[in-house]
Parts: sequence; C-alpha cells; structure tokens
Amino acid sequence: MFLRLFSKLIIINFLLINLVEGAESSGMPQLNPKFWFSQIFWLILSFGILFVILSKLILPKISKNLEVRKSQILENIESAEKQREESENKIKEYEKIIFKSKNEAKNYFNKTREKILKDIDKKKAVLETEINEEILKVEKEISELKNKSPEKINKIAIETSSDLIKHLIGVDVNNSSISAIVEDISKKIKEKNHVI
Amino acid sequence: MHQFEVYRIGPEIRLGEIDISFTNASLFMIISSLAILVIFNLGAKKNSLIPNKIQLLAELSYSFVSKMISDTAGSKAKPYFAFIFSLFMFVLFCNMFGMIPYSFTVTSHIIVTFVLAAFIFIGVTAIGFIKHGFGYLKLFVPSGVPVVLLPLIVVIEIISYLSRPVSLSVRLFANMMAGHTMMKVFGGFVISLGIVGGWLPLSFSVALTGLEILVAFLQAYVFAILTCIYLNDALNLHH
Repeated sequence: MFLRLFSKLIIINFLLINLVEGAESSGMPQLNPKFWFSQIFWLILSFGILFVILSKLILPKISKNLEVRKSQILENIESAEKQREESENKIKEYEKIIFKSKNEAKNYFNKTREKILKDIDKKKAVLETEINEEILKVEKEISELKNKSPEKINKIAIETSSDLIKHLIGVDVNNSSISAIVEDISKKIKEKNHVI
Repeated sequence: MHQFEVYRIGPEIRLGEIDISFTNASLFMIISSLAILVIFNLGAKKNSLIPNKIQLLAELSYSFVSKMISDTAGSKAKPYFAFIFSLFMFVLFCNMFGMIPYSFTVTSHIIVTFVLAAFIFIGVTAIGFIKHGFGYLKLFVPSGVPVVLLPLIVVIEIISYLSRPVSLSVRLFANMMAGHTMMKVFGGFVISLGIVGGWLPLSFSVALTGLEILVAFLQAYVFAILTCIYLNDALNLHH
C-alpha cells in the first residue's frame, strides 16, 4: 500500500519535473548568446580591477608582512639563544661559587676543629699534671703516715702494756724491755703478714 | 534550469552594436571581486606578530598559492604569482557564492570559463614564444620518441595543446553546472514527494551540498594548478 503510493509519487514527480522544465526554457541558458558579450565585458572589468588592486596594493603588503614576521621571529630566536647561553654561563658561575664556598666552609670547619682539639689536649695535659702532682703529694703523705704508724703503734702498745702490767702486778717494768718484746711481736706479725 | 538564466538588471547599456547591460552574472562577478578585495585588504592591513583570524586567512591563502606555484612551476613563475592568485581567488569565490541558494553561479557559464581559459592559453603561448622563440615548438616533439612515430606524436601533441583551453573551461563549467543541476533535481524530488517521502532526497540534498562545496574548492584549485602546469611548460621547456 505504502510502496505503491511511493512509486506512484515518484512517477508523478518525473512527469512534473518534465512539465516544469518544459515550461521554463528550452535547452541550456548557457548556450544562449544573448548576454555573452555582456558577460565577457563584465568579467574583464571585474577581474581586471581585482587583479590590478591585488597585485599593486594588497599582495605586496601581505608578502611584506610575512617577511617582517619571519625576520622578527628569527631575531627573537637568536636573542632567545643568546639569553639561553648567558643563563647557562651564569649557572656555571653560580656552581663555581657554591663549590668555592663549600670548600671554604670545609677548611674553616677543619681549622676550628683542630684548634679545639689542641685546646682540649693542652687543658687535658695541664689537668693531668695537676692531678699527678696531687696524687704524688697524697701518696707521699700516705707513705709518711704509713712509715710513722708502726712506731706509734709500738709506743701505744708499750705504754698500754706497761700500764696493764702496773695494774696487774703493781710493779714498774722497764720500758725498754717491754719495747723489745713489742718489737719482737710486731716483727713476728710483720713476718706473718709477709708470709701471708 | 532557471538558476542558470541570465537577466538584465537596470537599463540596457550598449557599446556600439554590442549589448553590455548589467546582468545578474555581472552582479555576482562584482560581488565576488569585492568580497576578495575586502577580505584581503582587512587581512593585509595590520601586521601583528600573532595574526588575527582574517590576517591568518589572508596569509594562509597567500602561502598556499605561493607554494602551489613554486611546487608546480618553479621559481621562474614568481612574476605570475599575482595573476594566478587572483585567478584562483576569483574562481573560488564565484564557485562559493554560487552555493548560496537563489544566487547565481558565474562559473557555470561556458562563456566565462572559456574567456578565462582562452586568456590563459594565449598568455602562456605568448610567454613560451617570448622566452624560447621558435624553440618553443619543441614542446610538440617529445624526446626519445622513435622517428617512425614522430609524425603521429606531433599531431597528437598539437591537438592536445590546442584542446587545453577547451578542456580547462569545460571542466570547470561542467562541474559547476552538473552539481547545481543535481541539487535542483533532488530539491524537486523533495517538493513532489512531500512530507511522506521527501526526507530521503532531502538528506541527499544536504550531503550533496557538502560535496558541492568540496567541488567548488577543488575546481578552483584544479583550474589554478593547471594554469601553473601550462605556465611551467612555457617557462621550463623540458622536452
């Protein structure tokens, strides 16, 4: 149903087109020479004016613009290159400076360290000598005391033993005999200690 | 075929016996020329380092045509740059203005394209004879052809050379006319099939419009590049 309608429409369309074409004109208007000379005349006029204005005024301007831009861009590239080189040089200089200052800092650090170490050594030495002196002094004193102590002990022993004898027996004993005994005993003790 | 009809606008102008009245064809020639001049004048006016849109358009077309000429005809063709540029732009704008509905396509008339082609043919032949004298006739004698075949080859070469203006003009004219006629036929289908079946030819019509815009550009390009090739023959005689 729809297809039949469609095909009918197409057939009618062809008929209509033929009718319309027939009514409009016969053949191609391009081949009608009535306005040929007019077309040639206006073509030459408009194209001639177009060509003259384009070639004399507009195209030289455009080509100049293009050249100017090209040279400008080249210049810019050159200057950019120059600036790049400059910045590279500056970076190198900067690195050099940093290296130098690093070295300086290292040297300074080492110097101060050495100085401090020397100071410490000096102070240490002074302190050690002082300490040694003190120790020697004390040792001397101790040895003195040590040397003195047996005599004192003997004296005390003699006195106490003479006192004891006096109390016990009521007789004064000669100090010298007591001391001989005490010395003997202390010698024995000493020997014992030595043996031990 | 109503769209190809030429009719007078305004009074009849006569130059002696010849009728040179202002017609719709003349109107569209002048509109195309004016459009080219306005666009390229705007594009050439300012010179900023970063071009604006219209300047970019002008400069791109300039370098496009300049590259086309240097590729096909070499550096010797530089003096003819302005002519080929205006030719390309004129044909392109006439073709493109023809794509506007209810407008007139100047290049769909054989007389217009034939005058352009004949001018190119005569000009190229004149350039050839000026540059090479009678040595230009060597164009018809290709090198490396056996002597037996030479008479035949020379005749063929001469015929092909003489048919250049015809082929150049008919190519442009026929392309433009065929495209517009086809558009009209599909448009007629849309009307007669109405709302029921008109959608199919309508979509064809839309697609054809795109194709026709491509053809309009392509034919202008072909016209210009063939001019370059003919110019190349005249300038650099290789045969």
